[in-house]
Amino acid sequence: MTTEALLPGDLETALPTTLFRFATAGSVDDGKSTLVGRLLHDSKAILADTLDAVARTSADRGFGGDKGGIDLALLTDGLRAEREQGITIDVAYRYFATDRRSFILADCPGHVQYTKNTVTGASTADAVVVLIDARKGVLEQTRRHLSVLQLLRVAHVIVAVNKIDLVDFSESVFRDIEADVQQVGRELGLGSDGISDLLVVPVSALDGDNVVERSERTPWYTGPALLEVLETLPAADELESHLESFRFPVQLVIRPQGALAPDAVAAGLDVEAYRDYRAYAGQITEGSVKVGDKVSVLTPGQSPRTTTVAGIDFAGKSLDEAAAPQSVAIRLADEFDVARGDTIAAAGTVREASADLYAALCWLSPKPLREGQKVLVKHGTRTVQALVRSVSGKLDLASFKLEGASSLELNDIGHAQLRLAAPLPLENYLHHRRTGAFLVIDPLDGNTLAAGLVKDHPGDHEDERYSI
Amino acid sequence: MSTYLSEETQVTDAAVSTRLSSLDTLESEAIHIIREVVAEFEKPALLFSGGKDSVVMLHLATKAFWPGKVPFPVLHVDTGHNFPEVIDFRDRTVERLGLKLVVGSVQEFIDRGELAERADGTRNPLQTVPLLDAIQQNKFDAVFGGGRRDEDKARAKERILSLRDEFGQWDPRNQRPELWNLYNGRHTVGQHVRAFPISNWTELDIWRYIERENIELPGLYYAHEREVFARDGMWRAVGEVSQPLPHEEVITKTVRYRTVGDMSCTGAVESDAFTVADVVVEVAASTLTERGATRADDRISEAAMEDRKKDGYF
Ligand SMILES: Nc1nc2c(ncn2[C@@H]2O[C@H](COP(=O)(O)OP(=O)(O)O)[C@@H](O)[C@H]2O)c(=O)[nH]1
Ligand SMILES: [Mg+2]
Repeated sequence: MTTEALLPGDLETALPTTLFRFATAGSVDDGKSTLVGRLLHDSKAILADTLDAVARTSADRGFGGDKGGIDLALLTDGLRAEREQGITIDVAYRYFATDRRSFILADCPGHVQYTKNTVTGASTADAVVVLIDARKGVLEQTRRHLSVLQLLRVAHVIVAVNKIDLVDFSESVFRDIEADVQQVGRELGLGSDGISDLLVVPVSALDGDNVVERSERTPWYTGPALLEVLETLPAADELESHLESFRFPVQLVIRPQGALAPDAVAAGLDVEAYRDYRAYAGQITEGSVKVGDKVSVLTPGQSPRTTTVAGIDFAGKSLDEAAAPQSVAIRLADEFDVARGDTIAAAGTVREASADLYAALCWLSPKPLREGQKVLVKHGTRTVQALVRSVSGKLDLASFKLEGASSLELNDIGHAQLRLAAPLPLENYLHHRRTGAFLVIDPLDGNTLAAGLVKDHPGDHEDERYSI
Repeated sequence: MSTYLSEETQVTDAAVSTRLSSLDTLESEAIHIIREVVAEFEKPALLFSGGKDSVVMLHLATKAFWPGKVPFPVLHVDTGHNFPEVIDFRDRTVERLGLKLVVGSVQEFIDRGELAERADGTRNPLQTVPLLDAIQQNKFDAVFGGGRRDEDKARAKERILSLRDEFGQWDPRNQRPELWNLYNGRHTVGQHVRAFPISNWTELDIWRYIERENIELPGLYYAHEREVFARDGMWRAVGEVSQPLPHEEVITKTVRYRTVGDMSCTGAVESDAFTVADVVVEVAASTLTERGATRADDRISEAAMEDRKKDGYF
């Protein structure tokens, strides 16, 4: 970015308008950090002082031998221990923008805790870039990563076949790997389930081939460079929002009872009109809502109550309609008792709340899960106690087989049945990436134990692919 | 399955046009986080220095609870080395919004002999002790900060809700995974949580938002004339706690600040950005990070921020 290139007029049109979140996954040394560094560097998101610091450290460590160069991985490996050991320990978030989009990038380390990190990165991602070392091809670890991404319903999976420079930019090496990837995709239903798509791109993260611009060194590859892909894919909320029915977990009740904001009053707010103001604050998780829409209020243990939306407010503005992921405050026509933890949903679109929860659990804690254990389940804005009734098996992520198991350990993904202390408006994760997701929390130390994906019944979704 | 697929492809075009802008998406995310913390914690507070990130945080909080009052106090850790106009701005803001202000004072700790002045005279790193003391005295269980992950490589690893132990320490190798938009704020007695609702904003996002929302900032963020001298490759303002050495020549320059902190270690940049629109253009074209350009304390070592954060810094 140079000063003369950006005039005020240009900026107006050049400003990125939408947000796109993506994550990287891959085994240790496949080049994730280098790729991320390359994207940041080539999209000019790295400012001079940062680059200087990285260049100095690279030289101090003798990076690239006599050839020299900059170790781009240092741009993301931010912790002292990471730089010293040359590995990524924890998910790092990075930001860059092109004139089409602003990107939020989660660089997820691939070592022992790969499931934990991949699940974390993928849970919010619109796309995940999985790296493969062109010299190694599809490994067991690749199968595991793709399997996790399929389970989490990531909309776009992009496989970057990296270090293509080290196989002399060979087309046949790439085509073989591409075929293997597509084969795994077929086994998993990735790219053919109507939810996700699967793309394969040859890259050299180190030299920059096909990262930001298409490379002349891979003339046999006619597809887009990685960044072009990321710039043009539809984000998950573009794909989902208009398909789904309105869902709004109530975070809190806004009821000032006279304690109005002095700045709003000073700006002319009608104090009398707002004396009895009452609205439900939250973020729309799915779908959209209009003033006048019929909605149901779902309260655990009560049958749904139906009313209409009287108003949608946001910081002094009245909106006619709002959609996910907007944060708003909703007023209802009837004076119901509505509280945090309740859900407001489009009337007639919700099934009965249930206290029996069938789920796939991604176990993220060193403390194993045991049958009979008491845990907390956080779903939307409600946290309830739960009992682990049974563990019915765990997935072998590499062979896609379901194995018998009665406990789950760190990085395992398994099936369990839980009994909830109060019924929740659970929805199948397959079609609801927000209302079908929950956390399992340790009631003793409060740590997050697992990421949970709601299933309709014990034999639901991924079992279609995981043969027993 | 196959019917689901065909439905999906049909709506894609329609959906694109109605997508939120990146600023609206970031605003929505921040407000969701602020509301979650208020709903789940007993006694939150917001760190408010009068700096641009904390001003944006407070603005988001007013939007989150409108037409009600912001339902928590603000906490300022006063280094005693403040720019007077920033303190004035702080007090006016607190008054305008009807907030309670809690002040933790570095000077008082130094006077009581519980903190020692550093050889380099910088007080930013000394803020940790009064901060933790104020958190403990007031029994705050959640503290909102305006930290952004793009500021520093250690911050890039920070969670949105970040657990601190009894000693206020951050353990970067032992953080809770953060999944979907489900935030886990569980903590035990003595622990507290730092909440960073604008984690995903960049410096440019902040400025574009300030411009869009017409948010008032202390005047020193905009170009003005000031007596300065050069030190460590940046322009330092002449003031009570930042006096030039005999060989350091004092000149008048048109400058502005990209961050406001301890006057003894915060530098100004030469700038002609007199309005917020000018600043947006300047930041978009800048080739230096805000910390690299203006914070002497972050230049000490590659891991300066990481070390301070582990001890309980913001
Ligand atoms: N030749 C070549 N080396 C690469 C490429 N990408 C990464 N590397 C090297 O592979 C090693 C591991 O890279 P790194 O980014 O740390 O991998 P990570 O563990 O996946 O983050 C480093 O020595 C990189 O310089 C590439 O495209 N070509
Ligand atoms: Mg790495």
